[in-house]
Amino acid sequence: MSDFVSDFWNLYVIVIVLVSILACAVLLVVQGKATFTPGKTMGHVWDETLEEYNNPMPKWWSWLFVITVVFALVYLALYPGLGNFKGMLGWTSAGQHKAEVEKMDAAVKPLFDKYLAMDVQAVAADKQAMEMGKRLYLTYCMQCHGADARGAKGFPNLTDSDWLYGGAPEQIKETITNGRMGVMPPHAQLGADTVKDLANHVRSLSGLPHDSVRAARGATAFTEAGCVGCHGMDAKGNQAVGAPNLTDKIWLYGSSEATITETINNGRQNKMPAWKDFLGEAKVHLLTAYVFSLSQGK
Amino acid sequence: MIKHEQIEKSVALLIVLTLLVVIWGGLLEIVPLFFQKSTTTPVEGTKPYDAVRLVGRDVYIREGCYVCHSQMIRPFRAETERYGHYSVAGEYVYDHPFQWGSKRTGPDLHRVGGRYSDEWQRAHLMNPRDVVPESNMPAFAFLAATKAKDSVGADVEKKMEVMRTYAQVRGLPTYSDADIKGAKAAIGDMTEMDVLIAYLQGMGTALSAMK
Repeated sequence: MSDFVSDFWNLYVIVIVLVSILACAVLLVVQGKATFTPGKTMGHVWDETLEEYNNPMPKWWSWLFVITVVFALVYLALYPGLGNFKGMLGWTSAGQHKAEVEKMDAAVKPLFDKYLAMDVQAVAADKQAMEMGKRLYLTYCMQCHGADARGAKGFPNLTDSDWLYGGAPEQIKETITNGRMGVMPPHAQLGADTVKDLANHVRSLSGLPHDSVRAARGATAFTEAGCVGCHGMDAKGNQAVGAPNLTDKIWLYGSSEATITETINNGRQNKMPAWKDFLGEAKVHLLTAYVFSLSQGK
Repeated sequence: MIKHEQIEKSVALLIVLTLLVVIWGGLLEIVPLFFQKSTTTPVEGTKPYDAVRLVGRDVYIREGCYVCHSQMIRPFRAETERYGHYSVAGEYVYDHPFQWGSKRTGPDLHRVGGRYSDEWQRAHLMNPRDVVPESNMPAFAFLAATKAKDSVGADVEKKMEVMRTYAQVRGLPTYSDADIKGAKAAIGDMTEMDVLIAYLQGMGTALSAMK
């Protein structure tokens, strides 16, 4: 793109380019006119007997030179390059990108439209749609949720039946579309002893080995410290705020006493980015169906 | 008229003429870019790096991130589908030096801002394989052990003044005295990892909503 601050630079570029091309042509003509005497050497000798004839340039080589000069002129006539002149083809890299995108979008639109009109369960049962969903997943989602969708520490496993924000198609779609912001506030202010009690109580909820005296005290603290506000009286969590169920065997950050203590002390916050603008409705729909399909039959 | 033989035999003359050829090329290929709006005007939303991101950027450079990551999304569908809007010249006006890179062992990072959560960035820098088992990126856990104010941030005021001079020469919006005065306070106790994540999260966000 040429959008020079003044017209001087337009002329500047045009003059230098044309002078350069002209100079090449002149050099070719001048050198082509030099006279050569057949059989006469350059007059220097290397390595005892190595001499150099003063022959004209080969014809094919001269023609290549001519072709490059002609090519340059034709190129500058067709494509942008000569100052502000946009070229007769009107080519731009942005325009080429736009055409490429539009062509592909038009080609895949019927496919996306077809799936967009179907509900998520039906799309999840469609083999071709799931092939597409898998590719989308591997491009945009695997960095956090893993190539096998089993997640990582802090990033949810999508193949099990446990959901922080709900596993119904509408909830999955909402999660992908607008993202989620999960915040567990820090509770170190409760004191190391109470936190240890709580950690033991939390471990007891899912039947992990624990200190039962501490767990009993922790059960009281669980209510008094306000844990129930998010995790619920029965500690089964709350999908409205993304509070995990503490009574199952699924752990986002880990179930060791040390990890649970760290979680209680420092809190946790994590974010699922919103994909609405970047992916658009059709791709989000396919991804919803793909994610939904991962946990079906489990 | 200089003869070819003279050029071949005189090193000084050869150097002078070679320089002339290079300068001639530079006059055409480099100089006009200084006078083009698209290369000198910031894209709307592009701001000078704040103190934290500026030193985060220095961590990025120090650790050689540019060796494996580019910051240049080319205008091809295959790239814009994956990364987002292709890069434009006006996004780099505050980059001294720019970090375009020339090789992608890892992905392009120009639109990485907001793509992942801070927690993901942290987990990934601590040990990339914790979140992406297939990754061959080295771990940068040691960045969490050094306070930015003790290393890259030690002379942040000076760095900002230099950046301000660059911007002023070109008539671009830049730091105020208060920005520079508050730089150390802004960095506070952040570690090198914190400032690097701040830099990454701000990257390429001017055009990120578009594709």
